[in-house]
Formats: sequence, C-alpha cells, structure tokens
Amino acid sequence: MALHDPFDPHHSLTHCSCGRHGSQAEHDAALAQDDADALNRRVVQGAVMRALFPQDAERRRFLSAVGASTAWAAISSLVPFGALEAMAQEKGSLEKKELKIGFIPITCASPLIMADPLGFYKKQGLDVSVIKTAGWALIRDKVINKEYDASHMLAPMPIAMSMGVGSAPTPVNVATIQNVNGQAITLHVKHKDKRDPKQWKGFKFAVPFEYSMHNFLLRYYVAEHGLDPDKDIQIRVVPPPEMVANLRAGNLDGYLGPDPFNQRAVYDGVGFIHILSKEIWDGHPCCSFGVQTQFVKENPNTFAALYRAVLQAAAMANDPKNRPIMAEVLSPANYLNQPKTVIEQVLTGKFADGLGGVQTVPDRAGFDPFPWYSMAVWIITQMKRWGYIKGDVKYRDIAEQVYLLTDARKRMAEVGLVAPKDAYQKFKVMGKEFDPAKPEAYVGSFAIRRT
Amino acid sequence: MRSETFKAALISALLFLLAIGAWHLATLPKESAALAGADAEYAALMGAGAQQPGGFPPPAEVGRAFVHYLSDPFYDHGPNDKGIAIQLGHSLARVALGFLLAIVAAIPLGFVIGMSPLLTKALDPFIQVLKPISPLAWMPLALYTLKDSNVSGIFVIFICSIWPMLINTAFGVASVRRDWLNVARTLEVSPVRKAFLVILPAAAPTILTGMRISMGIAWLVIVAAEMLVGGTGIGYFVWNEWNNLALPNVIFAITMIGLVGMGLDAIFGRLQKLVTYRE
Repeated sequence: MALHDPFDPHHSLTHCSCGRHGSQAEHDAALAQDDADALNRRVVQGAVMRALFPQDAERRRFLSAVGASTAWAAISSLVPFGALEAMAQEKGSLEKKELKIGFIPITCASPLIMADPLGFYKKQGLDVSVIKTAGWALIRDKVINKEYDASHMLAPMPIAMSMGVGSAPTPVNVATIQNVNGQAITLHVKHKDKRDPKQWKGFKFAVPFEYSMHNFLLRYYVAEHGLDPDKDIQIRVVPPPEMVANLRAGNLDGYLGPDPFNQRAVYDGVGFIHILSKEIWDGHPCCSFGVQTQFVKENPNTFAALYRAVLQAAAMANDPKNRPIMAEVLSPANYLNQPKTVIEQVLTGKFADGLGGVQTVPDRAGFDPFPWYSMAVWIITQMKRWGYIKGDVKYRDIAEQVYLLTDARKRMAEVGLVAPKDAYQKFKVMGKEFDPAKPEAYVGSFAIRRT
Repeated sequence: MRSETFKAALISALLFLLAIGAWHLATLPKESAALAGADAEYAALMGAGAQQPGGFPPPAEVGRAFVHYLSDPFYDHGPNDKGIAIQLGHSLARVALGFLLAIVAAIPLGFVIGMSPLLTKALDPFIQVLKPISPLAWMPLALYTLKDSNVSGIFVIFICSIWPMLINTAFGVASVRRDWLNVARTLEVSPVRKAFLVILPAAAPTILTGMRISMGIAWLVIVAAEMLVGGTGIGYFVWNEWNNLALPNVIFAITMIGLVGMGLDAIFGRLQKLVTYRE
C-alpha cells in the first residue's frame, strides 16, 4: 500500500514523499499504481482528518497520544466513513459502460490516450475505445451526431458549438483542459533571416481550425507586431497532418500548429521553430476534453467515472518524469503514428530548433487539467475581437455554462488532486494583463480589431 | 496469338523493371553536407529526411513496406491500427453495400424510365443536374442529415454509383429492338414476362456496362471518402500514413488500391461476357 494512512502519526498529510505534490494522496494518484477503491477510501479519510485537524501537527500529536486504532474507532463512531466513501465513489450504477472517445493525433491528446493503455478507464469500470479522427470539423460533427460520447476538442470549440457559431447550436461542456502550452510557430527554412514579424507581410499561414487557440494566438501575435491578420497576411485552415507537406511544397510560409507537427517539420528539415506558444501566453490552454451537455445530464455516474479517469491521466502526464515513457507509448500507429524521437522532443522539451541549436524548455508542453473560467472569457473576447461573434456578449454566463469548473474541482478532490480555489485568474498575454472582470474593455483596448 | 501474348507480357515486365531501375537511380542517396557542420547532439534529434531534401523513398524501402504489411495482413492492434487485409475488407464491405443499394434503386427506375419516353423527358433535367455533382460534395450534407459517418460513407458510394447504372439501364431498355417487342405482343405475352424474358436479356449487356462503370467510380470514391471520414478502410490507412509522412507505406497502399480495383473490374468484365449474346 503506497498511499499513506491518514491515521499514521509518522506521516505528513500536507506533503508527499517526493515533495512535488500537495499531499501523499495526490502523489499516489499521480503514480496511479493503487487500487482505485483503496485510493478512494484513503482520500475520503484524508479529507475528513484534514477537516478535523486543520493543523497537521495537531493530528500527529493526537494520534501519537491515543494510538491509531483508538483514534480510528473514536472518529468512525462520529463520522460515517462508509457512506462518505460510497458518495465519493458513485459506482455501481454506470449508465453506459461502452464509450467512444475521439482524438486528433497530436500530443495535446496525450492524457486521454494514455488513460487507455494505463487502464485508467477500466479501473473506473468503463470500456472505452479511443478513435483517431481526420479533422476538427469531423470531431464536431461526430460529437453532435453522438457517434462520440466524449472527445478531444480545441478549447474554443465547445464555446463556439454551444453558441451556435459555425454549427447548429449544441450545448457542449468542457470537462477538463487537455493541455497547456505545447504549440509553436513554425516557419519555412527559407525564412531563417526573417525573424521579425514585421517582415511577414504577404505570408501564408495555416492554423488547424477557425475556432482554435492557434488561430487566436497567431492573430494576437501578428497584431501586436502591427500586422492586420485579415489584410497583411493570409490565414488558412489546414488539418495538422497536412501542414508539413504544404510547408515542404512551399504552399505555406509557416503555421501556428500543434505538436508534433512543429517538431516534425524540423525533423524533416523543412522548417524551424520561430517561437513556442508559451512565449505568447505562458500557460495558455490548447485543447479540452469536451462532452455534450445532454450526455452529462443523462449519464451522471458514467460522466463522473470518465472525469476521474481523465483527471488521473492528466496528473500522470503532467509529471515530467513520465514523459519519456509516454513518448514510447504514444508513437505507434494506433495512437500518434510518429517517430519516437519527435514525440520525445516535444514532451521532454529538449529539442532541435531547426536552426542548428538544441534548446531545453522543460515546460514546452504541460497537461494542467483545471478549466479556468478566465480562459473561456479570454477566448470569447478574441471571438468578439475578430468578428466571429457580434453584438452584446455575456462573457461570464457563457464561460460558466460551458466550462465545468465546479465539477472539475469536485472530481479532482475525489482522485486526490488539489484544485485551485479561484475561478477567475488574471494572466498576461505578451506582457499585457488580461482582467477577466472587464472583458469588454479588454476587447476595446486593441488597436487592430473587427468591432 | 499465343506468342503475341507472351511478347506483350515480356514487354510489360521489361517496362516494369526499367521503371524500378530509373526510380532506384533517381533516389540514390547523395553525399549530404547539410548537417556536416552541426554537432552530434543536434544530428541525433533530426530525421533521415533532413539529410535528403525532397526525400522520395527508394524502391528498396517501398519493398520493405510491402514485405512488412503483407507478411501479417490480419493483425489488429486496437481501433486505429489494423492489418491491410482488414482495412481492405472494410472498404470493400462499404462499397458492396452502397453498390447493392444503388442496384436496387437504379435498375427498376431505369426500367421504368426506359419504357416510357414521357418519363425519360420529365426526369432528364434532374438526372443531368445531379449526375455531375462530385460524390464527396455530398459528404457534409450526409453527415449532417444521416448523423452517422459510416452510413454517410455508404451513402456517398450509393449516390456515385447510381447514375451510370440508371442511365445505362434506361438506354438499354429503350433500345431493345422493336421487332422483338412486336413479336412478344403478337404472342400476347404478359407485361411481367415480357420485362423478364425479352427486355432484361436484351438490355443486360448495357446494364452491366453501367454497373462496371459504377463499380470503377465507387472504388475511386471510397478511398477519398475514407480519407475524409476516417476510422477504418484503405482510405483511412492512406491518411494515417500521410499523417506520419511515411511515403513508402502510402505507395504500398496506392498499389493495393490499384490491384483491388483491377480485380473488381475483371469480375465485372467476366459477368459482362456471360450475358452478352450474339445475334
């Protein structure tokens, strides 16, 4: 039993053995080697003990003084552990066990893919097939058609779908963010000397989808350098796998695309990495784990089980220690179908930049699952800024309707992860602060916009 | 006659070897200076493609892809990675289903149109407008209304195979020789017997020509449709290998598509011979 007993006086509940997690329970969830039931029991017990003894030293003193078994008997006579555990588990009544989850073969999808070979879905009693899909439009249609029960989606897609922008209005929720950072601007090798965006007039760029962070970040980046993304450059929608081929053929000058296709362009000697997307906004969301609202309502227990599996996978993927193994598992044809070294460079952050240098950026890709409302609000401000939506926009209402922050917090507690207390977070995009409380003013503060 | 066949086969084989030889020479690895200056750590992170820009795979590499996939055609490594025979099986099943549906719809309708000059004229504008639409253009509409990607794929096969069959059936039925119909009338044959015993055999060669054309189109379209929809099938296989920029595997898949297409065409050629009659 790797997970520490909250009734053990010799162990701290607020730190784990490796020191990188908030508690031992979280540490163990990350390792995910424990039996889910035992883990759940420990988490509930840990939560109760933390509530009874806010000071960890006090709990230790108490346990040392009376002995663990006496303490256990005393406390369990007061607290119905069994009932609490059952509540946290919500098992036994999964409405649907066989699920189909779609993904696009990019590293952003790592957590939901990894949950399959690691058995996280099975541990929650689910029989999941993860299915590779040819493009974002198809993902959207298959989710609307209910061919997929849940899917890897770009973070702005559920917002656009729920609002009926670019499709029939279909309420879709974001359960978790799949990944943060992990994108890059790749340019053709012939542009090695054009590192200043001001020299990019007339360039042809590609992004994977209209409603993507890639589109919004590229627009933001060039606009900050004084180029109008609608007039001075051309932005096309090109599915990620086709980006490298088009770059090689000279149809594109560059793209803001998902990995591994940035690294793949370097690997094949056709492009170089101009900047990583984290240099535009460090910690930006990219993809999300989306589910139709109807599915959430009709299958609450299945959804909760799925939620726990994906969160555990995210915690596993976020640990840098696991990245080399992930590269190994993800590279075969059934998942990403890429050379292992390409995936490894993306995930470990030690990569060739295409200019002859080797860079080390450990946080090149991250897998923080927490769906901040403020991320959603930022996305909506950019949709407004570039004219994808018009008129009055209820930023907060939409954000809170689509992003399931409260659920995420609850499910994170169930698997022993510590969720942030805030729901809105200020952050900086290229040095400019974004205040989620004043979205309209933010949109108005840009010189280049379509409003 | 025999020796001519033999000569033709010999020439075919020679052409094939010549093409492979030229391909081999054209893709011989060049001495590359591209990465000579870079340090070993950097070089280790780069792919072989970086050393030979333009990197078209040599025939030996493609040959290895053939051996690799054909040595185990039935493997199944999860929903996104299956053997070539399984992929081809999925594609063929889709084509067969869409094609059968098209037969069920096109042959009776073609009979009716062919027997009635009035209907021929009335339906002509619709057929002429619908016929030239690329079947893949139906895909977004099909996905939206049928709400299932697999059914949409079958629908696309259906819609592309229906027109040649319909037109050929109508034409075949309309051009049955008057004398035969008149003989049937003199003998007071019932309409049903006339349709099955006189018109059908007379029009069969034309109808089968329509089917042969349809099958050719259907096999062309399924690859494109599966590249769009994904999941399973030979088109998905091509897409997946393109995704990995693995050209040897793409060339392998293209060859398989060609061979299966040839096989299908040969089957319909045989059928056509069976129903052809001499006057």
